Amino acid sequence: MTAAQGHPSPPLSIADLRGSAGRRRRELVVRVLFMGAASLSIVISALIILSLVGEALTFITQVDLGLLVERGWFPRRDLFSIQTIVVGTLLVAGIGMLVATPLGIAAAIYLSEYASPRVRRTVKPILEVLAGIPSVVLGYFALQIISPTVVDNVCPGGADLSNLAAAGIGVGILITPLIASVAEDAMYAVPRSLREASYGLGARKRTTSLRIVFPAAISGIVAALILGLSRGIGETMVVAIAAGATGGSLFTVNPCGQGQTMTGAMTALATGSDQVRGATLAFPSLFFVGLLLFLFTLALNVLADQFVRRVRIRY
Amino acid sequence: MVSTPRAGAITASESVRRAIQGSRTDWRSLVFEGVLLALLVLTLAILAWLLTVVFVNGTPVLAERGIDFLTAPLSARPEEAGVGQAIGGSLWLMGFVVLLSFPIGIGAAVYLEEYARDTWFTRLVNTIVRNLAGVPSIVYGLLGLAIFVVSLRDVVGPGSASGRSLIAGGLTMAILVLPIVIITSAEALRAVPAAIREAAFGVGATRWEVVRSHVLPYAAPGILTGTILSMARAFGETAPLILVGAVIGGFNVQYDNVIETLQGRYTALPTTVYYWARQPASFAGNVYAAIVVLIVVLLLVNALAIYLRNRFDRRW
Repeated sequence: MTAAQGHPSPPLSIADLRGSAGRRRRELVVRVLFMGAASLSIVISALIILSLVGEALTFITQVDLGLLVERGWFPRRDLFSIQTIVVGTLLVAGIGMLVATPLGIAAAIYLSEYASPRVRRTVKPILEVLAGIPSVVLGYFALQIISPTVVDNVCPGGADLSNLAAAGIGVGILITPLIASVAEDAMYAVPRSLREASYGLGARKRTTSLRIVFPAAISGIVAALILGLSRGIGETMVVAIAAGATGGSLFTVNPCGQGQTMTGAMTALATGSDQVRGATLAFPSLFFVGLLLFLFTLALNVLADQFVRRVRIRY
Repeated sequence: MVSTPRAGAITASESVRRAIQGSRTDWRSLVFEGVLLALLVLTLAILAWLLTVVFVNGTPVLAERGIDFLTAPLSARPEEAGVGQAIGGSLWLMGFVVLLSFPIGIGAAVYLEEYARDTWFTRLVNTIVRNLAGVPSIVYGLLGLAIFVVSLRDVVGPGSASGRSLIAGGLTMAILVLPIVIITSAEALRAVPAAIREAAFGVGATRWEVVRSHVLPYAAPGILTGTILSMARAFGETAPLILVGAVIGGFNVQYDNVIETLQGRYTALPTTVYYWARQPASFAGNVYAAIVVLIVVLLLVNALAIYLRNRFDRRW
């Protein structure tokens, strides 16, 4: 390239084809930078585990283990009944799933099998809007609207203003779009040929949807439900606002009353920020509950991942 | 059909239809479709109900207070309290997300999709990213609390903030959305056909040149949509901020320069909603008004993302 005009350029060697040294150096720098960015996720997960486990160990070694089966969760009074908040969490997540499963699966079947392309194009973005509503908004909606209009009328003898059922319904509304979207993706991905084979045998649309498409997509649908449950267990703000019990809670299985969940207990500990520092075990207990929550949701997410992968292998 | 032939007379096509379908109306199918539709409509109705409640209760306060509500600081008196500090804090947090999560997340996605071969390292990173995306947001709050607020207190927030500073909140938020940015960007990169890359390699471009001049421009709309949506997620996120000590309550400190602001206390829009939600009923109007502001911002951001997706949607 540098040869002057009129002179024949010398034949190219391997070194010429390799490109300039500057170009190669830049290539290496970029590669290392990108690799560093990717490695950061490993660092983050290591930091999460280290920070959780460190304080959780402090808690577990210092706490009197008898306190863990006490009848209530009152960290400021050194009562750390783990069963209280675990059962509260399962109640809220369970109610959430009771609400979200029929709504989400029905939306998925309808959008995938029955809706015209136009309806599909319109409704899916609307569901995305619902998915994008911050949980703090749903929490206030659950407390101010769902609790007095729905829960209070359903519960025999009425309900407290803030109660576990309202929080559960709020969580259910929150995870409905997630379940609908993942389940719809799974059903939509079922090959057309399966449906056509079914119609060819004279099956109705309902039979085809329920007996052919639904079973073929069952892995994805189960994954959607597991992901929904995981999200419901980890949901914080709805519970923090609508479930009540800011200071602590006695062991309860009554969804019409106040209660405490794992996430709710954590925000309650954090908002009384000054006391957290002073009390000896309240601060480490925060991390112990966080570690439990992390392990719960991690197990569910890994499980859901297995189901999703099964779909991919089959088609 | 047993009486006179005339009464039971049907057209030929009708008789064929009946022979194929069966003569009875298929009630069960109708009921099934009806139930599905009813449940879908119920879901949409809940959304409509929520938005109606929010706007009906929120707009009077906004109309009455006007711009004052958007600029006024936090206060213990509902008629004076506004979301000025909250909007400012949320914008600062978005700044952290844009400056940290976007470049690092897109870089990681480029590495995973364009550079990495299928090694144990790549598989490990992929698995970790997927699992990080599913970690509850409050756990990220614990991470921020342990690392930034407690361990790095003297760096992120010396003095009165005692660690609960804007830097701590911003870094926590940036870490929270990082996996989402990586996943959506990787998806966008994966959608670029191999032929585009091969064409560039064919004329002698290096891998970085291929990525910069060919892959990234083609994947840009997808990446942009994903990053905008992850920003929306960060904008509405509350729980981690509560743990790393965003102010819930009032604060009236004036910070003189950027360093002081970064190391000082802060609040955000969703945490303000949470704080007011726990106040006496006189704050209800303020809560709804703040939610209106929050939702309007999120709807605009979502609409922008959907517009970009449709505008640049490319079929290969």
